Amino acid sequence: MLLIACPYCGTRPELEFVYGGQAHLARPSDPAAADAQAWADFLYSRDNTRGVHAERWRHTHGCGRFFNALRDTGTDHFLATYRVGEPAPGLPQAPGATP
Amino acid sequence: MTGNHRAASGGRVDRSRALRFSFDGRSYSGLQGDTLASALLANGVHLLGRSFKYHRPRGILSAGAEEPSALVTLRRDAARCTPNVRATQIELYDGLQAYSQNRWPSLAFDVGAVNDLLSPLFPAGFYYKTFMWPRRAWRALYEPYIRAAAGLGRAPELPDPDRYAQRYAHCDVLVVGAGPGGIAAAQAAADSGARVILCDEQAQPGGSLLSEPAEAPNPAMGESAGAWLRRCVDSLRRNSRVTLLPRTTAFGYFAHNLVALNERLTEHLADPASGRARERCWQVRAREVVLATGAIERPLVFPGNDRPGIMLASAARSYLNRYAVIAGTRAVLITACDEAYRVALELHQAGVAIAMIGDVRAQADGAWPQAARRAGLPVQTQTSVLGTHGRRRINAVRLARLDAQRRVLGRVQTHACDLLLMSGGFTPSVHLQSQSRGRLAWDDTVQSFIPAQAAERVRSVGACRGVFCAAAARADGAAAGAAAARDAGFAGQAVAAAALPERDGAMAGYAGALPLPPGSSDSKAFVDWQNDVTTRDLALATREGFVSIEHIKRYTTTGMATDQGKTSNLNALGFVARQLDKAIAEVGLTSFRMPYTPVSFGSFAGFARGELFDPVRTTPIHDWAAAAGAVFEDVGQWKRARYFPRGGEHMHAAVARECRAVRSACGIFDASTLGKIEVVGPDALRFMNLMYANAWNTLAVGRCRYGVLLREDGFVLDDGVVARTAEERFHATTTTGGAARVLALMEDYLQTEWPQLRVWLTSTSEQWSVIALQGPESRRVLQGLVEGIDLSGAALPHMSMARGRICGVPALLFRVSFTGELGFEVNVPADFGHMVWEAIHQAGAPYGITAYGTEAMHVLRAEKGYIIVGQETDGTVTADDVGLGWAIGRNKPDFVGKRSLSRPALSAPDRKQLVGLATADPQLLLEEGTQIMPAAGEASSQRPIGHVTSSYASPTLDRSIALALIAGGRARIGHTLTAASVQGAVPVKVTSPVFYDPEGARLHG
Repeated sequence: MLLIACPYCGTRPELEFVYGGQAHLARPSDPAAADAQAWADFLYSRDNTRGVHAERWRHTHGCGRFFNALRDTGTDHFLATYRVGEPAPGLPQAPGATP
Repeated sequence: MTGNHRAASGGRVDRSRALRFSFDGRSYSGLQGDTLASALLANGVHLLGRSFKYHRPRGILSAGAEEPSALVTLRRDAARCTPNVRATQIELYDGLQAYSQNRWPSLAFDVGAVNDLLSPLFPAGFYYKTFMWPRRAWRALYEPYIRAAAGLGRAPELPDPDRYAQRYAHCDVLVVGAGPGGIAAAQAAADSGARVILCDEQAQPGGSLLSEPAEAPNPAMGESAGAWLRRCVDSLRRNSRVTLLPRTTAFGYFAHNLVALNERLTEHLADPASGRARERCWQVRAREVVLATGAIERPLVFPGNDRPGIMLASAARSYLNRYAVIAGTRAVLITACDEAYRVALELHQAGVAIAMIGDVRAQADGAWPQAARRAGLPVQTQTSVLGTHGRRRINAVRLARLDAQRRVLGRVQTHACDLLLMSGGFTPSVHLQSQSRGRLAWDDTVQSFIPAQAAERVRSVGACRGVFCAAAARADGAAAGAAAARDAGFAGQAVAAAALPERDGAMAGYAGALPLPPGSSDSKAFVDWQNDVTTRDLALATREGFVSIEHIKRYTTTGMATDQGKTSNLNALGFVARQLDKAIAEVGLTSFRMPYTPVSFGSFAGFARGELFDPVRTTPIHDWAAAAGAVFEDVGQWKRARYFPRGGEHMHAAVARECRAVRSACGIFDASTLGKIEVVGPDALRFMNLMYANAWNTLAVGRCRYGVLLREDGFVLDDGVVARTAEERFHATTTTGGAARVLALMEDYLQTEWPQLRVWLTSTSEQWSVIALQGPESRRVLQGLVEGIDLSGAALPHMSMARGRICGVPALLFRVSFTGELGFEVNVPADFGHMVWEAIHQAGAPYGITAYGTEAMHVLRAEKGYIIVGQETDGTVTADDVGLGWAIGRNKPDFVGKRSLSRPALSAPDRKQLVGLATADPQLLLEEGTQIMPAAGEASSQRPIGHVTSSYASPTLDRSIALALIAGGRARIGHTLTAASVQGAVPVKVTSPVFYDPEGARLHG
């Protein structure tokens, strides 16, 4: 059972959290202008990384807040957790990126 | 029968305490400290079971957890009956009852043994190529036969009556295994100040030391094994920072150093106190873990290596030194490892005749082989085994010396014996390292896989990493224990910087099948005892083209029995490597999975059984409904009243009565389970417009509207009436089952998409009790109870709300209807729900008020064509499909799901659309899910164009009604289609989904 460091509450067991899918997926700011491929990618395309994966977690049975995490999908080690809006540690914040 | 196979002295059994036990109904005597296996051997019993596939007589192969053959059923009573228990791990108690398995009519004479004669018909994977014809024979003949023949023991048919406990624990250092390495690690870690948990699957700590002659001086250790053990264990017991857990198996290694342990509390007791937990499951979160799990001896693979009386050399040693049991009178040993010579010497000293020690290797010049020769024991190198004799007990073995081309040197020798001991070397137990996702690497020195890079904070010590000598394991453990404590933050004393013990090749041994002379039969050379897998099966797999070890394992089932291949994996690997002409390291190893040894289901369940399995949610009205005789149904975790039978009514009659009462007078319904979300803040309107499909700008304060919530992919997620209770406040309702899901979706968008919006969301599902009043008399019923609310149609029109008091309690009153009748929903703080319900029910008596349940609610809404999310929708249905296109605010620039609605697929004309269906026979009720075919006639030759989503007997219309989703449904209204029902092809007419009061006149009373 994973131990996850909620940026607000500290390290808590996996049972208190719900996985939130891949992180930093930008919902097009003007969906009406998104072409079919871009919209389909937003809805359905996800990375299948073996290695460091940026993903979201929600502390459902705790503070209820979403946050981001870098987890190695091969070893399940969490490299970092960081708040919504903060850039991924070690990765530069791309302009216009979604939190 | 007293055992005459008990040594006169020695052993760790208590000779002053005799125990009586029975096996297959026959009574025997044993000693306190015996296992069932040692006690049976003491009584000269070697036949314990019949093998899985071939029903060959089987005995005891080992003295530990790796036992593949001696599986018995342990019985305390009809409910406490455990099959497939390893006799080598059962602690004997007075009155123990054990039974052999997989045999009929008896162990000695088993009809199933015919499988052994027919064995050429049952090679690996035979079931993939048989049991196919004729098709009808599968149900009547093959399946019942296979089910009856499958498995070994029989599972009990009564529920497990025992209690099981669970515990969570944190520690600094968890040490798995209390052998020399583990005890030393625990000692070192505790000395540094760390909190230590030390667990071991056996009743006594000591591990491999328990099989040493207890008081024999041990130069390498400086004192006898027994003395060292006593001293260390005593010290650990007195240390308050150490928790000693005997009879506790670490069976699973999970992420981030969570290790699961199973502690057996009462299995060894003759008469466990009632109410005492039988087992305890520990979930231990350790900062650091030290694995001291030891090594398991490998058998050798040769024809006929499975007879009773053939066992591992170290097992015979355990039985002698630990249990004072002499397993035979005349022994032959076949070995590829020096350890077996030590066993031969000790057996020789105990009076066993050693007929021959055959060594597979070309040379045997180590210390123990030399000592054996000096003692006059016959030793022969370059030896292989050609076969064995003896059906229910071995009586002879055929050996031969082979040259490099496997030709016989000299003659084939036949040695009479009643005990054949094998030693193929020792395989480090790396199961937990593997489960922890740590890497394993092939080591040429020990000729086995040993732990390499760790994925968690874990270290392996002693035999499980190839350091076999007990003294070296001690040093290894001490160093690791100190290092683990240091990494956990306890500086402690520096351990003397001795060089870390090196891995020891002396126990390396042999993997694969022993060589056989050309032309010599290789039949029945077992690799996996428990699943009856032979070398011929493995050869078949490679011949049929399987090259991956994962495929070979699954095709032959080697390593897939309850022992998870503890005695077979490496031999299988060695054999396959030779077949494929690859190095073992190249072929690779399959994964180890938890549990290390079987764990009772009860231990996993703990207290979460029966009433405690799942939380039950009840509404404030629940007790009233129960007292009124309601029959409840489960909606998620909620109990909802389904119907209120009177005077022995069946459901059908109750529902009909309830529906009629609603449409003619007044019904009262508990709607408290529906989700309620308060959306409040300066940006509440903006947020509602972004989340829901509806255009909320036109919703005035004090008005309600039916809201539709889509997912981003455009499909309907949930629905519910939304009321604007203030300029910046919305009271949104959801379905009962969707409440948490909807709030989670809203929070997701609010926190991560639009965090700049000033709006707050609060679940108020459990804060409001909701009482629905529906029917032409509903206004009159409420009239006398409300204060400060004008109930007239002008002041409170349909789809509006008012605040006031009811029965003196603050209330939010909605004028809404899910039945199509004049209706209201009374919202009061939940604590007052019961009181207000009773008051309304009483006030409604003169008007014929009737409590109705979810079943009547379903029928009434279906008569009006109102959908239920999850019934008419399934995640692939759009709002337009179910006739809710009017609810969508198409002029809004953006809302969740809007972009997807413009996908061509979501507006295709042949999409399934909501319609009504009327069966030609008005009394015929279609099953929900029935497929609809395009035309009348033979249903089976056509493709379905839709299905029935809801189906009820309508008391209002006095006939059956159904709702369905049908391709291009709206254009088919008036047509007749065919329903492929269980009664055959049924003609159905497509109608509007609104069966009753299509103008909606009754809504206005």
